[in-house]
Amino acid sequence: MAEPTRTLRTTLSKIQGLGAAHAGTEHFWRQRLTAIANLILIIAFVGILLAAGGRDYATAVAIVSHPAASIVLLLLVISVAIHMRIGMTVVIEDYVHDKGMKLAAVILNTFFAAAVAAAALFAILKLGLGRVV
Amino acid sequence: MAEFTLPKNSRMTEGKTWPKPASAQRVTTFRVYRWNPDDGKNPSIDTYYVDRDDCGPMVLDALLWIKNKVDPTLTLRRSCREGICGSCSMNINGANTLACTMGIDECSDGKLVKIYPLPHMPVVKDLVPDLTTFYTQHASIEPYLKTVTPSPEKEWRQSPEDRQKLDGLYECILCACCTTSCPSYWWNGDRYLGPAALLQAYRWLIDSRDEDTGERLDRLEDPFRLYRCHTIMNCANVCPKHLNPAKAIAEIKKMMVTRQL
Repeated sequence: MAEPTRTLRTTLSKIQGLGAAHAGTEHFWRQRLTAIANLILIIAFVGILLAAGGRDYATAVAIVSHPAASIVLLLLVISVAIHMRIGMTVVIEDYVHDKGMKLAAVILNTFFAAAVAAAALFAILKLGLGRVV
Repeated sequence: MAEFTLPKNSRMTEGKTWPKPASAQRVTTFRVYRWNPDDGKNPSIDTYYVDRDDCGPMVLDALLWIKNKVDPTLTLRRSCREGICGSCSMNINGANTLACTMGIDECSDGKLVKIYPLPHMPVVKDLVPDLTTFYTQHASIEPYLKTVTPSPEKEWRQSPEDRQKLDGLYECILCACCTTSCPSYWWNGDRYLGPAALLQAYRWLIDSRDEDTGERLDRLEDPFRLYRCHTIMNCANVCPKHLNPAKAIAEIKKMMVTRQL
């Protein structure tokens, strides 16, 4: 859309643009891989929620900080964050056409996914590693 | 950003209502998009009344009836009138299809037929869209046999099994119904190749005689050219030849993954 109003470029030159990026397959594959992982991990996550829900604080902490539960939660956060970042990037590429805005949105999207993941991982590790027994 | 409202000069206005045919028994109302590049006005919707007892059964028959008997300025493309040339593709009652194979009675019980040009394409006049980019995208996937092995004296041979793989692909008539129904193509039509071009790309990718498969995949491997397809499936829903471009695109993606794993 940054095409100048006056141009004598041929249609073929326009649609070929800068050529094929030879990329995209890795994102495509990773999105499917994390989707499968999410399916399994979210079922386990719901199980942990049901086990910990309604219990008093100490019991809930004990359940969540159990090594098996902690590992499930760590994997879930990583898988979901990767999946979320790729998905949102695609949405941005679809709808944001201004070059500057697109670049800013893609950068912020990556930062957001990393920040959310880091905060969640920190909380899980704090509980998991702080477990007495 | 993607555009969610029409630009000012594209907003629709109410057009002319043409007189009802006198003494007609069965009448169908046609609401047709009109735009003339020469009068400087916004597009408008004209209303026509078609005498069904004086007219063939298809939407194209009605349009030609209007052009011949009511309003000769109505502009549209048509040629074969039997669904093989792909010229009369347009948006009829909200879905892209061929006017020549769509029965008037199939459109809201034959009471009201709304006709627009193919969506999201530049309009040349009335129902005629500019398909230059669409055709160029088709040309860019190099839709012809490419080989390194010197041509045999007689012909490139193909087993019946290999020939069968081209069924459901070779029938495409390039009417552009699928590509212009695709939201991904609407938003990124300058970079995304669209379902029609990708269906043809797949047709050559799986042709047993072709020796350019790897290079073909290389040229397609791009976040925009190929991976804008989000399996929305409008393409398969509207194809007047009942082909499935979305499946062909999924097969291309599978080939991309296969050659990496």
